[in-house]
Amino acid sequence: MATRGFFGLRRPEPPREIPPGQYFETGFPTLTAGPTPRVDTDTWSFSITRAKSPLATWTWDQMMELPQEKITVDLHCVTKWSKLDSEWKGISFDTLLEAVGEVTEEYVMIGSYGGYTTNLPLDDVTDGKAWLAFEFEGEPLEPNHGGPARFLVPHLYLWKSAKWVNSIELMDQDAPGFWEASGYHMRGDPWREERYWGD
Amino acid sequence: MQHRVLWQKAIVEEIIDETPRTKSFRLRIDDRPPFRSGQHYDVRLTAPDGYQAQRSYSIASAPESEGVIDLTIEIIESGEVSPFFHQVVKVGDEIKMRGPIGGPFTWTSDTGGPLLLLAGGSGVVPLMSMLRHRTAAGSSVRTALIYSARTTVDVIYRDELGNFESEDTEVRSTITLTREDDAGWTGERGRVSTRLIDDALAFLKTTNAKVFVCGPDGFVEAAAALALAAGVPFQSIKTERFGPSGT
Repeated sequence: MATRGFFGLRRPEPPREIPPGQYFETGFPTLTAGPTPRVDTDTWSFSITRAKSPLATWTWDQMMELPQEKITVDLHCVTKWSKLDSEWKGISFDTLLEAVGEVTEEYVMIGSYGGYTTNLPLDDVTDGKAWLAFEFEGEPLEPNHGGPARFLVPHLYLWKSAKWVNSIELMDQDAPGFWEASGYHMRGDPWREERYWGD
Repeated sequence: MQHRVLWQKAIVEEIIDETPRTKSFRLRIDDRPPFRSGQHYDVRLTAPDGYQAQRSYSIASAPESEGVIDLTIEIIESGEVSPFFHQVVKVGDEIKMRGPIGGPFTWTSDTGGPLLLLAGGSGVVPLMSMLRHRTAAGSSVRTALIYSARTTVDVIYRDELGNFESEDTEVRSTITLTREDDAGWTGERGRVSTRLIDDALAFLKTTNAKVFVCGPDGFVEAAAALALAAGVPFQSIKTERFGPSGT
């Protein structure tokens, strides 16, 4: 049923369809549950782990030697804004997984400096769907947007694209991360409007 | 533990003019679920052609207010939903809402304190819910609020904040104005500073306070960094960002 007196501004008009309940944002808002961690690339490290034991670990310099990709993607935040055609440079998660050999687990938990976590099915971060991103619009990623490096899973709500990422744990069974334990959806597909538990 | 967050019908029961840019909307919801101070609701507006707009707004009222929630909404002139609330919504209107939503940025009296609340502009709204809950629950948790506003007329809940302080020696409310040109203002001026944070922590007699920071992105970045620098543990600082950018 319509809301009395509401017709919708629909401005600015998005250049193409965006997911239901979202609005077109031309800026780049930030959302973080705590202070911004300041992470130096001299001490930065990133690991893929199984049962919390590292299978592969990279320093910043080692990471920067891996093949990089330029990607242009749309971002959809559960707080209702969508940002279109954002340009990133990063390393495909497929490239990182090559370092650990066979993976039989079906889920991952992304971990960050500062303690943030978010869970994902492995299928959502493989086959060219996820990146470790460290450049935004041609510049090094700012700390408030997750620099020096954040995860980027653009086909899911943005809370899955963890900022200040430093680890990926391979898991046999799904488990809730930071927001997922507080009422947010375990998968978070914006086109199915999977915002909260039960959506 | 997991429960669905369903859309419910809310009826606008009262509209309160808070400041020239903010109004509070008292919404009655049948079988209103319990909530924790700091949580928010999603509102959904539907146009005759089916187009929908959704936004999130923090709850201003205490969980003890039965059957109702208050949302204090700042008008963003170029926005789509806040101007509708300010200019179109009338008492008796029906609004679709769902909630409560949000976990980490919440406080209940049994969580204890002491509490350091840092508000920038309309970021005071969820912190007001905490203060109201604190009083309604009879909590004696020592609490310091630092509230940065532009000018005197932009201060939301000014009288009520003054009452919290005058009626309870465990509460300290500090308002600092960033653009005040009124020579009659005798309170603090300028942005949240190391001195204001240190004064508040001295009142709380510890740096190990539970800190909640809410406001526009720039305010939250600055205030959270000041609290960290003053010695508050990283994990004790919870933030929520919003404002004209739509965060």
